[in-house]
Amino acid sequence: MLFVSSRYLGNKIAQALITIFIVLCVNFFLFRIMPGDPLSMLMRNPRASQQAIQKAKELYGLDQSLPAQFGRYLQDLVKLDFGVSFMFKKPVVEVIGGKIGPTLLLLGVSELIAIILGIYLGIVAASHRGRIVDVGAISLSLLLYSLPTFLLGMVLILVFSVYWGLFPSVGMVTAAAKFSSWWRQSLDLLAHLFLPAMTLALTLIGEYGMLMRSSLIEVLSEDFIVTARAKGLSEREVIHKHGYPNALLPVVTAISINLGLTIAGAIQVETVFSWPGIGRLMYDALNNRDYPLLQGIFLLVCICVIVANLLSDLLYMVLDPRVKS
Amino acid sequence: MPLDKPTLSLRFKRAFSVLYGNKIGFTGFLILCFFFFIALFGPWIKPYDIMDFGGAADILRPPSLEHLLGTDDMGRDILGGLIAGSRISLLVGVMATVLSMFLGAVIGLTAGYFGGFIDAVLMRLTDIFLVLPWLPLVLVLAAILGANLWNIILVIGLTSWAGTARVVRAQTLSIKERTYVERARSLGSSNLRVILRHILPNVFPVIFANTVLIAAVAILSETTLSFLGLGDSLNQSWGMMLHYAFECGAASIGAYWFLLPPGLCVVLVVLGFTFLGYALDEWINPQIRKR
Repeated sequence: MLFVSSRYLGNKIAQALITIFIVLCVNFFLFRIMPGDPLSMLMRNPRASQQAIQKAKELYGLDQSLPAQFGRYLQDLVKLDFGVSFMFKKPVVEVIGGKIGPTLLLLGVSELIAIILGIYLGIVAASHRGRIVDVGAISLSLLLYSLPTFLLGMVLILVFSVYWGLFPSVGMVTAAAKFSSWWRQSLDLLAHLFLPAMTLALTLIGEYGMLMRSSLIEVLSEDFIVTARAKGLSEREVIHKHGYPNALLPVVTAISINLGLTIAGAIQVETVFSWPGIGRLMYDALNNRDYPLLQGIFLLVCICVIVANLLSDLLYMVLDPRVKS
Repeated sequence: MPLDKPTLSLRFKRAFSVLYGNKIGFTGFLILCFFFFIALFGPWIKPYDIMDFGGAADILRPPSLEHLLGTDDMGRDILGGLIAGSRISLLVGVMATVLSMFLGAVIGLTAGYFGGFIDAVLMRLTDIFLVLPWLPLVLVLAAILGANLWNIILVIGLTSWAGTARVVRAQTLSIKERTYVERARSLGSSNLRVILRHILPNVFPVIFANTVLIAAVAILSETTLSFLGLGDSLNQSWGMMLHYAFECGAASIGAYWFLLPPGLCVVLVVLGFTFLGYALDEWINPQIRKR
């Protein structure tokens, strides 16, 4: 952290805070310009009695002015009170909290697979530049990019679980199963994790691979590589000792910048495989018009992405001393 | 006719010969021509009615002579659905792209040309749109506005302009400093005239290359949105077909004919736009061409 200028740091943090504040405002106003009376939507009963409506208005603070409502909304946020989910009849925080674990597991495992395979793909492509391996790697990446994630998931279900019967395609554990030991249970979890994690990883591999490829190609054209070659190192040594470590930097930061896109993938993968995480929860909230839940998830995801972006900026500064101002 | 001003037909021929010389770009061009042809003339060749449900015996039939690509879970012909769906998918893709391009161009040109406070505000706005997670934002907006064709176009257009604005701004900044722009300004041309006559024509190639790539994103977005249940059920796109396929568990019961044809169409069109965009980018950016 020696290199980090405090002014740059302060600037970045201020920008992130402003963005979070704007997200809070958007979140507040969006859900108040909904077509139709928010109250009847909240109560899900157009024939509610006058007294019930009045009571609900007071409960939700809808009888107050807009600025007062906004103040109350901010107060509730600080207290982590996101309202009550229509679907689950439980506080939104509780509902979301129970789904974070499975999503983190899925995201973590797929990112790990994608980073390892993607970097490998990039190195192979860059060191065989212009040859058939390289063209193959580029085409594969373009294809993976053009493939909607959910479609890839459904095709994998069709092949691996329907035709070959290798892996389960629904949920995280076998329903109503009794396990004789903990490792059998872990094995069951792994089997369920395989297809969703593979789907998400495949969509990321192409991207990381292409990033690694172009980054490595750029590094390989620099002077110190010429020096390394002049020293008589083999091409393999040049790439592994001098090229690859220097090319990693943009890929490392891309991973956290990419979180928004990864989340988009996770929503689709969790939906297709009924994985009990935040993404599937968002799909259910959408299709049941559970607005408080939707609002809570949106806020959580936005803040995570903004913080990840901030972290990637800071990481870049720490890793690359050239970025100072 | 002065030498340095080629006629329109000559320009067209040149553009075509460059495109023809680039294999990837030409493949993309052919794929897109095919799908636009289907969208324009397909419904005359093979009429399709979204309410044309078959009998109980017609439900989820695999491909046969009568139904070349089989039938869906409501007994409708899948080939017919694909052809009708191409209109909706391409319409949403094209309209959302036009909106996105317009917003990106106007915001980028304004920020780059006027600079100062306007630039700062517009670029902060652009940054925010770049940071916010795309799919959750699109989903929430679509859920609130209500799912119909025009809202979907609006939502996709409103959320995809930020990248274009950035590129257009950068290009505007460099063109603004050129002497002929200075000259036009000192001769008393209005800001609007300078932007439209002198800057826009030079920024246009960048906008155009970007547009093609955004079209790919727009079609993917529409498909994803429809798949997740926020599509327009009266105007059935390919994404909507995939949604119905998912809802009836087509993958789990092995009904590949319900799943693969609309999926393949989406992938091909997106690939077509991506290939074409890749070629245009290479053509417009001489630096890449040299590599």
